Amino acid sequence: MKGMSTIVKTISNISFPIITIYGLYVIAHGHLTPGGGFQGGAIVASGLALIAVAHGSSWVESKIKEHDLSLFESLGALAFISLAFLGIVFGGVFFTNFLVDTSMLFGNIPVGGAADINTGGTLPLMNFAVGLKVIAGLFAIVVVMALATNKKEGSS
Amino acid sequence: MNRRNMLAAAFLTIVGVFLVLGMLLMHPFGDPSSQAMDQFIIDNTVEETGANNGVTSVVFDYRGFDTLGEATVLFTAVASVVMLFRRLKK
Repeated sequence: MKGMSTIVKTISNISFPIITIYGLYVIAHGHLTPGGGFQGGAIVASGLALIAVAHGSSWVESKIKEHDLSLFESLGALAFISLAFLGIVFGGVFFTNFLVDTSMLFGNIPVGGAADINTGGTLPLMNFAVGLKVIAGLFAIVVVMALATNKKEGSS
Repeated sequence: MNRRNMLAAAFLTIVGVFLVLGMLLMHPFGDPSSQAMDQFIIDNTVEETGANNGVTSVVFDYRGFDTLGEATVLFTAVASVVMLFRRLKK
């Protein structure tokens, strides 16, 4: 499948960074504002799918392999489960929020409703892990389907 | 009207009665039947998890097992799709 016209490519090139930044914002502020790892990951993955559709599957194949995406998805899942098991190590219970109310990263507690980004304990880290997992997973689906259609059209 | 249509009509009537019954017996909006759990989370989420967003604190802290299962479902779906289409590619 070749790419679409120059207009579509240009517009998707312009809107892709905006979509990505918005999705990363939703992931990073998951413990403060509506959203989180799943939703922000879906936003970023839809931006990546937009650019994959606009540029065509042969362009996608020259840029990225689904091996790397599988690696990133497994890393996200591993980080998520590792954070859950670190709860056993530090707090005694699976999924304990062991970082909250400490002087560590994300350890603050919001006072009087005003929260900065340095709050939430393990929740932001879990959001990052799940976000990485969702981005890589959903984009892997798109890439694999695009490559499959590419090969099919080439052979027929 | 043959026998099959009558059976279908009876079945649809039963289903419709149950749907209307369910609609009439529904709780009014904003008035859940038991509020102890909701009130506990509303009162304690900021002190216990340090997060301003109560939904995220429920999803990733209070019900982390549910999120683990959700992530497993996504992982399995992606793995099966990649496996399926990789065979199609060759």
